[in-house]
Amino acid sequence: MDSTGVEIAFWVLAVMTIGSALAVVVVRNMIHAVVALISTFAGVAGLYVTLSADFIAITQILIYIGAISILFLFAIVLTPQSGRTNQESFMRFPALALCALVSSLLIYVALDADWTSRGAAGFPETASVIGQLLLDKYALPFEIASALLLVAVVGSIVLVSPESAEED
Amino acid sequence: MAIHLEHYLIVGAILFGIGLYLALAKRNFIGVLMGIEMMFNACNLTFIAFSRFVQSNDPLAGHVFVVFTITVSAAEAAVALALAVMVYRTRDTIDVDQIDLLKW
Repeated sequence: MDSTGVEIAFWVLAVMTIGSALAVVVVRNMIHAVVALISTFAGVAGLYVTLSADFIAITQILIYIGAISILFLFAIVLTPQSGRTNQESFMRFPALALCALVSSLLIYVALDADWTSRGAAGFPETASVIGQLLLDKYALPFEIASALLLVAVVGSIVLVSPESAEED
Repeated sequence: MAIHLEHYLIVGAILFGIGLYLALAKRNFIGVLMGIEMMFNACNLTFIAFSRFVQSNDPLAGHVFVVFTITVSAAEAAVALALAVMVYRTRDTIDVDQIDLLKW
């Protein structure tokens, strides 16, 4: 974390992330909101790179930008009329107050607590170590995650299949 | 001024707040889901930042946890967007103020 290049990258990526997250709130067209959301995900992926988490950064780009954003786009174009507006409900001011409270509380805790620093440089390699941890120490959660993905895939196919629409 | 853990935590906190606002205040169900994904991202960023900066016996456990979080959020997005399409088919709206069939 010494070089000025990393500092410049952090500030640019932080402004990009927060700015496009605000754009998701402000923009009225849902398609534009998805584009801003993709920009947010890309900013977070860049922040992972500055944290020397290369594997997670690539995963973020593949899963969030590649898969989840496309899912959002499909959901928007499959819900034609109501998919175009991005209005707030009547709860906007209580929600705004609550979110400001939560954010400022989190920032206060982050600044107040005394974190024991590792002080070392970035990780020499992440992908191979993550792979070994997944198949060794975290093998059971890994299998549970595969079962969860199977259930999610089958569930979403059943939900949107034409047969289930005809039953109603 | 070097970049420390607190910088990442502050970015994560602001991102979490914006996501929470989207999830609470948006009328469009898909907008609510966007907020939830944004909160997932904020938490993942915080995990990775702690994994990078804080002393621990198992330094890459945070990365492994983020892999699982991304898996769960992908499954959640698939099911929830299928639900959104399904609700739109049956009720012709995904305005969360009007989906009040179970309201007592």
